[in-house]
Amino acid sequence: MTVLAPADEAGILAAIAAANEAGEPLRIAGRDSKAGLLRPVQAARMLSAAGLDGITLYSPNELILSAQAGTQVAALVAETAAKGQHIIAEPPDFSALFGVETAPSIGGVVAANLSGPRRVAWGAMRDHVMGVRAVNGAGEVIRSGGRVLKNVTGLDLCKLLAGSHGTLAVLTEVTLKVLPAPERRATLALPGLDPAQAVAALSAALGSPYGVSAAAHLPAPMAARVPALAWMNRAVTLARIEDFAASVAYRSEKLRGELAHVAMAELLDDGASQSVWAAVRDALPIAPEPGAVWRVSVRPSCGPGVAAALEAAFGAAWFMDWGGGLVWIAGPATEAAHHAVAEAARAAGGTWMLLRAPEPLRASVAVIPPEPASLARIRARVKAAFDPRGILNPGRMYAGS
Amino acid sequence: MIVQPAPKRDILARRDAIVAGLRELLPQSGVIAEPLRMKPYETDGLPAYRQMPLVVVLPETTEQVAAVMRFCHREGVRVIPRGAGTSLSGGALPMEDAVVMGMMRMNAILDIDYADRCAVVQAGVTNIGITNAVAAQGFFYAPDPSSQLACMIGGNVGMNSGGAHCLRYGVTANNLLGLRVVTVEGEIIDIGGAHLDAAGYDWLGLLTGSEGQLAVVTEVTVRILRGPEGARAMLAAFRANEVAGACVDSIISSGIIPVALEFMDRPAIHACEDFAHAGYPLDAEALLIIEVEGSVAEQDALLERIREICLRHDPISLKVSQSAEESAAIWKGRKGAFGAVGRISPDYLCMDGTIPTSRLPEVLRRIGEMSTAYGLGVANIFHAGDGNLHPLIMFDANDPASLRKAENFGADILRLCVEVGGCLTGEHGVGVEKRDLMGVQFTETELNQQRRIKSAFDPGWLLNPSKVLPLLPEAA
Repeated sequence: MTVLAPADEAGILAAIAAANEAGEPLRIAGRDSKAGLLRPVQAARMLSAAGLDGITLYSPNELILSAQAGTQVAALVAETAAKGQHIIAEPPDFSALFGVETAPSIGGVVAANLSGPRRVAWGAMRDHVMGVRAVNGAGEVIRSGGRVLKNVTGLDLCKLLAGSHGTLAVLTEVTLKVLPAPERRATLALPGLDPAQAVAALSAALGSPYGVSAAAHLPAPMAARVPALAWMNRAVTLARIEDFAASVAYRSEKLRGELAHVAMAELLDDGASQSVWAAVRDALPIAPEPGAVWRVSVRPSCGPGVAAALEAAFGAAWFMDWGGGLVWIAGPATEAAHHAVAEAARAAGGTWMLLRAPEPLRASVAVIPPEPASLARIRARVKAAFDPRGILNPGRMYAGS
Repeated sequence: MIVQPAPKRDILARRDAIVAGLRELLPQSGVIAEPLRMKPYETDGLPAYRQMPLVVVLPETTEQVAAVMRFCHREGVRVIPRGAGTSLSGGALPMEDAVVMGMMRMNAILDIDYADRCAVVQAGVTNIGITNAVAAQGFFYAPDPSSQLACMIGGNVGMNSGGAHCLRYGVTANNLLGLRVVTVEGEIIDIGGAHLDAAGYDWLGLLTGSEGQLAVVTEVTVRILRGPEGARAMLAAFRANEVAGACVDSIISSGIIPVALEFMDRPAIHACEDFAHAGYPLDAEALLIIEVEGSVAEQDALLERIREICLRHDPISLKVSQSAEESAAIWKGRKGAFGAVGRISPDYLCMDGTIPTSRLPEVLRRIGEMSTAYGLGVANIFHAGDGNLHPLIMFDANDPASLRKAENFGADILRLCVEVGGCLTGEHGVGVEKRDLMGVQFTETELNQQRRIKSAFDPGWLLNPSKVLPLLPEAA
């Protein structure tokens, strides 16, 4: 495959304009760390944003950070940390999950709207995208939003482009809201709960006034793969509190007391909290599983039912994040298993994504839920409104479009 | 003044038949065609603009909304969705040939789920109505626009409404999980649900803040949050806008994000104090209202840190609320600011730009210069944490020259907001008011991109047309 990796937005624009002129499809990537995600794209050439590298604006007092799309997430994490701030949605790094060496770019995690554990309390990646610059499939530069924190001027293309996986436009620059990083973190680790008990405890924690910022449940085999949890030797249910040190001490003790009737929680310190939640964020407990990996998003109380159904269907390995609302599932890379996942998600009124699978499976099944016909018609027209000749990542999300 | 497109003559000519057709779809009381009874719908929260609609419909179910949309689509009739009519940008301004679809009869709360922290409500439920429904369990719905007693969630979705606590809790878009919408063709579509982050394009994000351009919202699934253990406010008064602005910077850079951080300039302080008797210091040039949350001990600790920061900026006075009553009085002044300005001026225009917070002193100075040049008073209220500025321009609507000057003054302020790196509207929406300024912020290429998205949803441009996007030359 020919890789086009221009050094600036003008280069992206030229590449797309030429492809549009010729009617030749392009595979679109940030740093190409998530090539294994969603459907394979049939294109002879790849357009990479990796050459667009660097922070273009960072104003900590205004809580605003702009970076070119190909900038590594890790670089932004380091730069904000140096100013005592953080990227709010704690975007994941799936390089271990996909078995690649490449680290994700900010454009990639925005284009895929990927969020980590803090999503349950503080919003998704797309919630903190304040502005974008992008080149649409017709070879036009379009901007939406800006570099301020509150902006309802015109249609919100920041949100539409976040999660559109490069099928509408190629992001060249994104502007994020950032926030002060917490002074301290602590995590309550409740041992030995079954999934239903775990989600009930996490609902109580998330419904408490103590500002729980992450809530997950790892069955024993998954917990065993997290070094800071392995010693507990059983299923672990996790609730994180992040704030000023005195608040963390006060709130974690209060919450521990309120959950004492369920189980007596171990209290993980700041360092253990950071390593545990980085593992949950990057799906490390499930990464070593062979076969396919799915993400199912349901109302949290339905999480245990989805997990149980898929355990019964194909012996699924799984863990839950987002208070039970995000169920990570691993199982055989077969159409039968895939349809069982889709059906379990559908029955629970939720949504799903085939996150990792060998290419033949990704090419042959719907990797995200199909839309009702009325919405699919609108989608086709929206796609054409950005990319009239269908050259940007064709087939990445849906077969034939 | 804003130019509106000419009405479709054939629609006006067929009015009786259209009204009769709508009467077949809705209960007797759900179609209002008598001029006297349509009068309340001729304007919204931007009363400088008025236009009687063709007819008003008040559906009670999503199915009725769909039936009306199918009918209007077949007949080529424009439709203006309307919540409580509190839009400050003329988002619900009728057109002579358009059906106004009022959502106030769809006011049921359909489901509350505390374990999963969400609620399903119809579009006509008021903003405060959601919080009131869940408050007994200690929960709340976070976005809190000043009009929250009246404004409806459907309108909040349409405008992506904000409020005073956005810095911590986000705006409407950040607090939604799902929508039930009716397309222009009258098809019912569910977007999202009770879960997070539906796969596929972010229709929820695109529809939120689309100002009724893309579909009609009939049901909304919102996130509800458990409230904090408590909250308390403090007042900090300063000698100059620059000093208060520097103090805001110092607070944020210390790592503290107060749940609210409101800024008022001297005219706003005086207007609000006369109205609310909140104990605002009248000798100050700038006043900050700073609110923190947590247990009493946590509040004490945070307020003490903030007090120390304020002391480094030579404040005129610092006053920490000692009780819930004092906090309520502090907020009464701020939340009543629009009414307070209404008491000292016959009319006012409430502007809504956003600026990079570092540019505040410069922007306030230049607004002051404009105020002198135009000969119109202005009071500034500012969500200081997120840069959302609300200049209230005082004028006399009985004097057409005064209104024209006020509109020009407002447009100049918004141009200034864009010039310094901000935007035309932070939370009120573009509506009809700022439509013709869109070219200040966007290129024609960008506006055309937005127009094509509008066309993808609404090929015939029947839904709330002539708002948000500048008219093309042939339409104007």
